[in-house]
Amino acid sequence: MDLLDGMLAHEFMRNALLASTGIALAAGLAGYFLVLRGQVFAADALSHVAFTGGVAALAFGVSELFGLLVATVLAAVLLNSLSVASRAGDVEIGVFFALILGLGVLFISIYVSGHSTSNSTGGVGVLFGSVFGISAGQARTAVFVSVGAVLSLLVIARPLLFASVDSAAAAAQGIRVGVLGGAFLLVVAVVASEAVQVTGALLILGLMATPAAVARNLTTRPYAGMALSAGIALVATWSGLTLSYLVPTLPPSFAMMAVLFGLYLCSTGILNMQKERS
Amino acid sequence: MIDALNQLFAYQFMQNAFLAGTTAAVLAGIVGYFVVLRGEAFAGHTLAIVGFPGAAGAILFGLPQLLGLAVLCTASGLGIGVLGRGALRDRHAESAAIGTIQAFMLGLGFLFVSLYRGLLEGVYSILFGTFLGVTRAQVVLLVAIALVALAALALIGRPLLYLSVDEPAAAAAGVPVRALSVGFLVVLGLAIASTALITGALLVFALLVMPAAAANQLVARPGLAMLASVGLGLVIVWSGLTISYFTDLPIGFLVTGVGFVIYAAARMARQLSGA
Repeated sequence: MDLLDGMLAHEFMRNALLASTGIALAAGLAGYFLVLRGQVFAADALSHVAFTGGVAALAFGVSELFGLLVATVLAAVLLNSLSVASRAGDVEIGVFFALILGLGVLFISIYVSGHSTSNSTGGVGVLFGSVFGISAGQARTAVFVSVGAVLSLLVIARPLLFASVDSAAAAAQGIRVGVLGGAFLLVVAVVASEAVQVTGALLILGLMATPAAVARNLTTRPYAGMALSAGIALVATWSGLTLSYLVPTLPPSFAMMAVLFGLYLCSTGILNMQKERS
Repeated sequence: MIDALNQLFAYQFMQNAFLAGTTAAVLAGIVGYFVVLRGEAFAGHTLAIVGFPGAAGAILFGLPQLLGLAVLCTASGLGIGVLGRGALRDRHAESAAIGTIQAFMLGLGFLFVSLYRGLLEGVYSILFGTFLGVTRAQVVLLVAIALVALAALALIGRPLLYLSVDEPAAAAAGVPVRALSVGFLVVLGLAIASTALITGALLVFALLVMPAAAANQLVARPGLAMLASVGLGLVIVWSGLTISYFTDLPIGFLVTGVGFVIYAAARMARQLSGA
């Protein structure tokens, strides 16, 4: 209790907890569908693009969230149309990723040369998160956006689930599979943009894919899996923030990834034990 | 022209950078050919990311950065190879697992960097490359690693090629499929470690995949394609280093930019000749 009081006494901690609560729920829920639909690599692509969008915003002095949103939404539209038109091989995707990251490097150098070197940590924040630097306004935005994302995901959950498991049957039932998939990727793009503050662009994948992987190890029931995935993301961000508060040398985003990785290992162990028993 | 060249090589750090870049481009060009042929670009991406905590950890503990890269990249190449692809339930679970490991490894690298106080700039150079501060000792180590990797590849090259083109036939002919695949992933780890020293952990594709993919568009014969891949890799790294030296643009951006232009040009050339 003392620990909680101590943590909540700091405004930066309250903002961090508030923002990461919303973002974790949205990311965990979106992640469940990503894994179910086999779109983990799409999320990986979005995170690379988010990095470049974020540092481009820093370099040109526009709002970071604006840069992130523009970049990820554009990428989501592009990914969606690409996957409909043709299945790009991993060489093409890899070449494209490398180019995007390379552009990000250019923007970092523009940003760094425009500032004194002591002030060049902004780019690192985009890469690995800056959860303790979230302002009250940013936290409010994060909560609004996350609530919106969670609600939209819940609204489309049922048809999306159907379309993800058996898209041909869903299409035969009159579900517009393509539109649904596009809408889903847009939600993922928005969530990814918000998640950059908490985990950083490079670690978004951890907050999205890992809770879902853990949930799928523990249950095969979809709705239980969704709830579990969101819950695990929440537990991981809270305990990451607490760990980082207790041990200041641990960066919060690393602490979250460590908790998630630990949970993943445990759940895989449980799954293997169940397999051996049956 | 001669003046510019003199200026370029006047400093030892630039000589070192060119030696290291050339070594990395040769190794990555040849290994990259097999990466593209075998469709293992994603394994390459994962190994490169694991290189980040390797490099950052080595710096933190006062070891040579290249050593940390090489140890972690080859170890995880071995790990991926031995654990195998079929070990997981399905492809979706596999991609989630890979994503989990990637995120954890990147987080771990960030931990090491932040524990190593005072050099936050180091994050950029480990992730996105630098040509400053390549030492003679690193060049020697790099050349040694490249020689070992190329010797190993020369040894397994022919059956590996056979295996990569037609796995069932190779298996039927008695080629040790599993051992070769694992062996290749270890060589891949070495190539990535060498490349990451110049391009940074996140941009190894600039030398590993872009030249090989471009070469693949232009020539079909394996030997020629490998040569073309090495040649294009050298063009990428030499022009990247030269432009970076004279303009101060970051090397990571230049190698990926030049690489992309070459790849796009190769694709267009192929389409034009096909039409």
